[in-house]
This record gives sequence, structure tokens and C-alpha cells, in this order.
Amino acid sequence: MSEPILEMRRVSKSFFGMKALRDVDLTAYPGEVHAVMGENGAGKSTLMKVLSGAYRPDPGGEIRIDGKAARIDGPLAGRAAGISIIYQELSLAPNLTVAENIYLGRETSRSGLIARASMRESVFPMLARLGADFAPDTLVGDLSIGRQQLVEIARALAAKSKILIMDEPTTALSAGETERLFALIQQLRADGLAILYISHRMDEIYRLADRVTVLRDGALVGSLDRTQIKAETIIRMMVGRDVSSFYKKEHDPRAVRGRPVLSVVDVADGKRVKGCSLTVHAGEVLGLAGLVGAGRTELAHLIFGAAAMTSGEIRLENRPIEIGSPHEALENGIAYLTEDRKAFGLFLDMSCLYNINLGVLGRDASLGGVMNRQKARERARNAFSSLSIRAPGPQVTAGSLSGGNQQKVLLSRLLAASPKVLILDEPTRGVDVGAKSEIYTIIDNLAKAGVAILVISSDLPEVIGICDRVLVMKAGRIAGEAAPQTASPLTQENIMRLATGTGELDAA
Amino acid sequence: MPHESSPPRDAVPASVERSVAATTRSSEEVKRQRAQVFIRAVGMLPVLVLLCIAFHFLSDGRFFTGQNLGIVLQQAAVNTVLAAGMTFVILTGGIDLSVGSILAVSAMAGLTLSKVPGLAEFWLPVSVLAGLAFGLVNGALIAALRLPPFIVTLGSLTAVRGIARLIGADTTVFNPSIPFAFIGNGSLTLIPGVISIPWLSVVALLVILASWFVLRRTVLGVHIYAVGGNESAARLAGIKVWAVILFVYGVSGLLAGLGGAMQAARLYAANGLQLGQSYELDAITAVILGGTSFVGGIGSIWGTLVGALIIAVLSNGLILTGVSDVWQYVIKGLVIIGAVALDRYRLHASART
Repeated sequence: MSEPILEMRRVSKSFFGMKALRDVDLTAYPGEVHAVMGENGAGKSTLMKVLSGAYRPDPGGEIRIDGKAARIDGPLAGRAAGISIIYQELSLAPNLTVAENIYLGRETSRSGLIARASMRESVFPMLARLGADFAPDTLVGDLSIGRQQLVEIARALAAKSKILIMDEPTTALSAGETERLFALIQQLRADGLAILYISHRMDEIYRLADRVTVLRDGALVGSLDRTQIKAETIIRMMVGRDVSSFYKKEHDPRAVRGRPVLSVVDVADGKRVKGCSLTVHAGEVLGLAGLVGAGRTELAHLIFGAAAMTSGEIRLENRPIEIGSPHEALENGIAYLTEDRKAFGLFLDMSCLYNINLGVLGRDASLGGVMNRQKARERARNAFSSLSIRAPGPQVTAGSLSGGNQQKVLLSRLLAASPKVLILDEPTRGVDVGAKSEIYTIIDNLAKAGVAILVISSDLPEVIGICDRVLVMKAGRIAGEAAPQTASPLTQENIMRLATGTGELDAA
Repeated sequence: MPHESSPPRDAVPASVERSVAATTRSSEEVKRQRAQVFIRAVGMLPVLVLLCIAFHFLSDGRFFTGQNLGIVLQQAAVNTVLAAGMTFVILTGGIDLSVGSILAVSAMAGLTLSKVPGLAEFWLPVSVLAGLAFGLVNGALIAALRLPPFIVTLGSLTAVRGIARLIGADTTVFNPSIPFAFIGNGSLTLIPGVISIPWLSVVALLVILASWFVLRRTVLGVHIYAVGGNESAARLAGIKVWAVILFVYGVSGLLAGLGGAMQAARLYAANGLQLGQSYELDAITAVILGGTSFVGGIGSIWGTLVGALIIAVLSNGLILTGVSDVWQYVIKGLVIIGAVALDRYRLHASART
């Protein structure tokens, strides 16, 4: 094996006297994909931020790059040392072009003027190497998330990085985009880059990782070689205990099946949704799979009244209903969990108490809209205990919670309204392993209680693990259904086949 | 882990919160956030106190006298009322530049009506309702047509000023026998001969109390904070965002109308061109000094009260100490910038303790 490109020794980081990282060691070699795993809060991101220069480590530790001690005291120093980081939330300027973004902060200039043409020229081969299908002067805001990520990678390559950190790069990607990204990662590995890869998804680790390092509570638990990588081992290292029966499907859909709660008939929006029909029954968990951009979220928005339908009908318990706004959807007992809880779900500066109660404050209020604060506090306390939300108390702001707990706070708001239909859009995105399992249990219990649940998810094992049957969307239409004991069984291959359209004849 | 990778608003990353999530840590987090809320709420109170003390000494003890404090409270009253309405608007992430003009138009309407025999007694509600009407027009344009608040109220700043001049045929309207004049110039005697409070200040205080109640004790108040904190999330949570927007501009207009009535009662006169000129700036300044976030969602009405008092104390103190009119402008501007800078610095520091 070659010499290590990166050695981190006894790296610690404290925030105001609290240790977020304790004496962590990490070694990476050129030409390897090194997965860094751990629950939310384990310190992965902090470690990566120390490495990239976003945080300064405590004195005492050491970072060596190419065998030489490196002083990374800022993002520029990190970049100069050959380290690039691709955050999950991309850090591109949407109003600038691809070329401008790639050279952001390092613009080529000719006597003080930006050399736009030469920047543009030099970007072409880079994009070609990444297999990008867009031009250097495309506005980044017009690109899909997957393509924006390519721009980030191009930026890293343009900076001649030797170490590339990727923080959950596939969270926002569709299955197809994920495949392309994996191919690219393998190509970059072959080119000799060291890739530090943060992910929660076990299947990605199996496919990509040459080595896995696990962190827990800011400390190193251990490293595994490729041959030792096993899901149970990693999960045990991450949580410090066994996680049995990860997915939960205890409710019996056949017991209550037959009473359709929500029927969507030929709904279209004239843009992304081109005539979709589906029916969700009481006590059923119906999956809605498909590639990103297939129109799943758009369909959910139509059902929830967040966007306007151009044709079609929505029936609730066999009565046609008019839904013109989310307000009307909620009044009809339809609740929707957004895929982006920070942008469209939570009020980060408001307390969990209000975040949970927001939807029902009006119902609880006394004359003149005066809040019933006693009832609100009780509801928040109940939500905290029944959904095991781990936070100091309902008074703290939602923004100070971890991802999984934020998601549970948002879920509690929906559940407070006792919906008949629950639409969950990527319910476990950006949620750590432990909280994921808890959310699956919550979904299962709701189904047992007779709620009709529609789950939109790009995580195929999850879809198969928790759903009773799965509809697959492709290009704005329902391409087919996968369900147990049918000609089209509930398997990953089947869903992918329907989603990508290789087998359209079968589906039709 | 998206919640760790983006820089959190407070300086402590989520990872720390979880990894050291012992119970002691939990109560610390609660305490920290409570302290932050408290500091935001009282925010500028120390600045206000310091200003008062400084002016007292600089003016050879002429500041803390019953008479002078009465003057300060009276001078602060109208701006406090405008700033209370402005707080509602800014909490939703909006702005209302038209309050000065609305104040003028409602004062003009009120005074004109007060000269009509038989209807004179109705001048007060009419001028308040005139303000409400203009506020609702602002709100409707912003909520229904989705126009930017800055542009809409910039437009009405000019248009409503024109209407104010139209009402009096561009002259000054006098009415030395206007009913309810005591509101503008009388005082409420609490202890005869010892403590009496100008009616203008009583009105301002009642407005602040009512605003506090609406913002902190009603569902509508929570919805106002929610719309300012995250408008898309508010819409998806089933809040009628348009209704909230209409309400806050309505309140701002209504309170501007009340401010107009207060001015009319105090001056027995109004001039459509001059009355209320640049009052909107003082109102916005009071809200910002009070720690309300300019992007919405964070802030308190008590902060606004303190902010309005600071502006009044500054004006009064600078006159007492004999600073020339020209320099008063310069000093006021600098104090405002300095105070807000100090506030930001302290907020930042409180996130670390």
C-alpha cells in the first residue's frame, strides 16, 4: 500500500468547554473511498469541518498531508492543502453560471478583468470528464440537484484537490443520478483521489467503501477493512447496541383493507403531473417510488392543495372534494409532511411547543382567538414522550434540535390534527439510524390505527420495508405497481425497472 | 447529516448538543435560550438607562424632573403607537413606509370633520378608521397581488400624502375647539399634585399592552411570528397567510390613524404637507432598536417600547444639553448605529455562555 495522503492524529474540537471530538485518528490513502459513519451528533461533520478548515481544532492534535504537518486554519488553507468538501446542502451561487461557480473565489483575471472566455474554455474538458450534459454558461439555479453536485465536484477538481470529502452526497439524488455519481466516484478513486464519504446508507457503503471508520459521541470507535464490512457490525459500532427489526411492518393491511379513504382520479397540473390515479385505503401504507423529477412531490402538492390542479378529481371517502389550499386539505383531514423540513416545514426560531401546536391552536382557542396555553403545553409534552423526542424541553427552538428530532416535531404537528390521510414525503431524509427506526414504528402504529398513509421515498429498502404496495411514477404518470403476491412483486429490481422505464410493456 | 453540515444559527453545532446531551446540558440549553430571549426583550434597556443618567449629569440635573419626564413621555407617545404597528408588520418580514402619510391623512380627515356641526364628536373614530382603511389597502395589494411591501408602501407614502393635501385644499386646518382635546394635552392624575401621566402616554401604553396580548396570547400572534419566520412553511401548515398580511398592515394603518388623531388633538391643527413627515423612519428605528429582526419572525413589543423611549430621550436630552439642531441629527444617527451594533455583539456573546 502507498503512503497515506492524510493522517489525523488525536484531533479534538471543543465548543465552549464541551468536547465535540475527542482524540480522533483518521488515516486515508490515495485511491481509496473511506467511509465515515456514525449517528447524527457522532461528530462526523465536525471532523470533516476541522479537516476542511471550517473549524479550528483544539491544540494538541496533528494533521499531516502527504507526510507533512499541515496547518489548516481556514477554508482557504484547507483548499490550498488539497482538500475539498462537498456539503450535502450545496454551496453554489444559483445566480451564477457553471463556469463562474467552478472558479468562484479563484477567478482568472487579465489585468483586473474577469477572463470569462478562458474560464469557460477550461471548464469544457472538466465537464466532459465528469460526463456532464450541460454547458459552462448554464445558470446553476436551472440545474437539478444531481447536476449541481457535478458542478461542486468539478470545482474540487479544478482546485486540484487530492482529498475529496462528500457529506451524504446521495440524499437529494434520484436513483439514476446516484448511479452516475457512484460511477464517477469509482473513476475518481482510480485517478488516485482519496475520498472521505459520509453516509447513513448501508448499501452505499457496501458498494463504495474500501474502509469504514465509525465515530460515536465524538470519539473513534474503530475502523473496518473492506472484508470486515457487515451491516450488523457497523450498526452495532454506531449505536453501541443491536438494532433489531429495523423496518417495521406489523400492521395487517388485509384486515382493514377495502375501505378506500383517498382516491385521486386523473389528476394533472399541466406541467409535471400528467394524469395520475391512485387509491389509498384505511390502514394501508402505500409507497410512491420513482426517480427524482418523476413528479411525486408535485402530485402530493396537488393532493394537499399546495399547487393548483388543471384537471382531475380528488375523492375523500367516496365524496368528491375541492381542495384549493393546504388549509382546506387540513380541514378535510389530509396532512402532508414536506420533504424539506427546514425550508417548508419548521419554524426554526420558534419553540417546539408552537411548532407542534401550530395547526390546532385555532381549534383549541377560546373566544377571540386567545390561546389555550395549558392545552398546548400538554400536547407538546405528550408528543415529546410518545414520539420520544430528545430535546431539553418543548420550550427550546426547533432549530436547535438534531434532524431526527426535528422530523418528529414536524410529525407531531401533523398528528395533532388527527388526519385521515397522511402524505409523508421522504420521511427519513437526513435522519440518523436510531430515529429512522423510530419513525418506521410511528408509521406502522398509525397504519394500525387506521390512517391511510402515502409514503414518497427514494430509499428503496425503506419503501419495501415499510409499504404494503408501491406505485412507481415515471415522467408524471403512474408507470406501474409493485405488490406482494402479484405478477409484479415488491422488489428493488421491479421498482427500478418501472421507474427507469426498461420494461414499460410489462407495466402497461 | 444535513443539520450539522449547515452552519447553525447559534454558534453551537447540533453535534455538540447531542453528544453531550446529559441532563445538566439540557437545562443549560433551556437556560441559554431563555437568557437569549430575555436579552432580546430587554435588549436596549441598559442603553436607555445609561442615556438617561448621562443626560441628567450633562444637563446639570434637569433631566430627572417630573416635568421633563412628562415631556419625554408625551414626545414618545405618537412614535410608540406608530412603532407598535410597525412591529406587527416587521415581524411578518414586511415594512410599512406609509405610516407618516397615513397619520397626516387621518389627522386631516379628523380635523375637517370636527368642524362640521353635529358630526364633530365623530372626528376621533373617523380618523382612526381612515387609517385602518388605508392600511387595509396596503395589505390587500401586498397579500392579494403579491407585490413587495417596500414598493407598495413606498407608493402609498407618496399617494396618501397627496390625498392628505387634497383634503385640506393644501392648507392648514385649524379647530381650536376640537372635541376630546384633553387626549392631546391633558394628563391623567394618579396622585393629585404628585403623579400625573399625559393622556397621550396612557394611550401609547394601552396600545403596547394590547399589542403584547395579541402577539403573545392569541393564535393570530403565533401566526404572525410563523409567517415572518417561514412563509412557505406557514402556508403548508394551513395558515391563511393572506389574512395575516392583511391584518398586520391593517393594524399598522389603524395605529397610524390613532397617531393622527393624537397629533390632531395635541396641535388643534394639521397640515397635509408637513404633518408626519418622515415619521415612518422614527417608527422603523424604534422597532430595530428594540431588537426585532428585520427579516421577520423574531422580536417583541417591549423592545419596541424601549426603542421608542430611546429616540425620545435622545431628542429631549440633546435639547437639554444645548446641542445645536444640526449636530442632533448626526449624534442621533450615530447612537442608533452604535446601539444596534452593541446589541448584535451582545447577542452573539450570549450564544456562547
